[in-house]
Amino acid sequence: MAVTAPAAPGTLGRLATVTPENLRRRYRRDRLMIGLLVVATTVVLVPLLIIVWYVVSNGISAVLTADFYTQDLGSPARALQGRPTGLGHTILGTMVVDGLALLIAVPIGVGAGIMLSEYPDHPLNPVLRILNDTLNGMPAILKGLLAFSLIVKPMGTFSGFSGAVALAFVMLPILARATEGVLRIIPWSIREAGLALGLPRWRVVLNTVLPAARVGVVTGILIAFARAAGEAAPLLFTSFGNNFFSSTPLRYLMGPVDTLPARLYSLAISPYKEWHAMGWGAGVILLVLVIVTFVGTRIVTRARHTTDL
Amino acid sequence: MDPVTSPQTAPSTPKPQQAGQGEARATVAADAEPRLVTEGITVHYGNVVGVRDVSLTFRDKTVTALIGPSGCGKTTFLRSLNRMHDLTRGVKVSGRAVLDGTDIYANGVDPVTIRRRIGMVFQKPTPFPTMSIYDNVVAGLKLVGIRDRALLDEVAERSLRQAALWDEVKDRLKAPAAGISGGQQQRLSIARALAVEAEVLLMDEPTSSLDPQSTMRIEELIQELKDTVTIIIVTHNMQQAARVSDYTAFFYEGDLIEVSDTNRMFTNPKEQRTNDYITGRFG
Repeated sequence: MAVTAPAAPGTLGRLATVTPENLRRRYRRDRLMIGLLVVATTVVLVPLLIIVWYVVSNGISAVLTADFYTQDLGSPARALQGRPTGLGHTILGTMVVDGLALLIAVPIGVGAGIMLSEYPDHPLNPVLRILNDTLNGMPAILKGLLAFSLIVKPMGTFSGFSGAVALAFVMLPILARATEGVLRIIPWSIREAGLALGLPRWRVVLNTVLPAARVGVVTGILIAFARAAGEAAPLLFTSFGNNFFSSTPLRYLMGPVDTLPARLYSLAISPYKEWHAMGWGAGVILLVLVIVTFVGTRIVTRARHTTDL
Repeated sequence: MDPVTSPQTAPSTPKPQQAGQGEARATVAADAEPRLVTEGITVHYGNVVGVRDVSLTFRDKTVTALIGPSGCGKTTFLRSLNRMHDLTRGVKVSGRAVLDGTDIYANGVDPVTIRRRIGMVFQKPTPFPTMSIYDNVVAGLKLVGIRDRALLDEVAERSLRQAALWDEVKDRLKAPAAGISGGQQQRLSIARALAVEAEVLLMDEPTSSLDPQSTMRIEELIQELKDTVTIIIVTHNMQQAARVSDYTAFFYEGDLIEVSDTNRMFTNPKEQRTNDYITGRFG
């Protein structure tokens, strides 16, 4: 039928007419869909808010005391008799273990991501991809077991270092995937422009592609960090735990150290309600750590739109 | 021997006649030495032939335009001239491309050194987005370890002047390169290629994403650069080919159909298909 022909009364005419009645119906349907989306969002948000509220309301009294940050835990008697006790050694140990895990995992994980994205034809690439996916799917406790047999057994002692290695295993696949993902969206033309200047391939990647993707890489690092910071399982038989400040700084690396997720677990299963309160406090600190990390991510990501172009 | 081209090409590609070449090349250095000579360049994409057996001679300090309809292989051919196909999976280049006596496809020839001598400017301006204007220009030097500040400054100014960009950016060399206009970015890309002292400049439709004003600036620039470098330019715009080039090569479906000096090409082409294309009957 020609476009200019008058509409047949049966079909075209009806479809083309907008009456106040069917317009109202469309708006009603639109509002209904928005309503459903709001409900779905709420269903997601409510448990999150409940968790935050529950943790904070139970833990706030513990984290508001100075002792919580300056004292170590000691024996249960301290808490029961109201003597100074805290999780200062746990917070310090967490910073050492998580920080060292980052130092180990970032170069290797980002490097693996570069390999996956920039050298797809390299013969090792498929192997790397399979290993990375396997590591990504491997339960965290197995990563702890791996670090246990690789480091704790030969060293003959639990250590912050072995805990860091276990957490690095958690971070590695996340870092590699995130890096690969952001490098892939960097336009191919930037690489060609670098190559056309007679720059070697690795120079092009390091000095033109990677800087262009730095926001995404940093985001990946923060996500990997937040994920690993909450892991307790890999630390159970690597960094093991400790009720006291270590006697020397070296002992944080070479001896057993406390970490927040593992300490939270041991406090929670203890029979003392004073320790339960401190466990909630550990939960608050962990929550703050993760939230600060993610807010940091958002700020870094936001910065791209204002400065980078 | 015909000075423009040496087509030992397939029988289907007739050897262009060079009648009247003397007056036609009045604008060209008639004694120009061959700078880059291709012999039977064939490019396969998997089983598909992108460019078939192209033999062309590019003379020193001249501009050669490669024209032809979309998909005719002109860009594919251009990219084979500095081994840009090396990194694309499934692309195979055969034949020879001889730069000053060295086949760039010979064993043991490092594509990195070749690309320093044969620079490339792309269809879209490609400044490195995280670098300043200055760092973009000297990227090819700085990133291979040249740290001599005075030398870098000197090269940056010379290259930017050559690319007719110096006056516009000299007061904001430290500003991000992403902040200047598209036309300026394209001249920056040219400056960057000149900074590593490229002798041959491959230009892949360098003005197709630019406005007329910027296009004119680039075309003027090409004329100025001819004094120092050999330029090979792919263009969709036949007026542009006529304006800027000394020689024109017409590609069609992967074959080099005809090559001659530009005046002759546009006034009296030998081949019917060339004539049809330049008169706008297809393409």
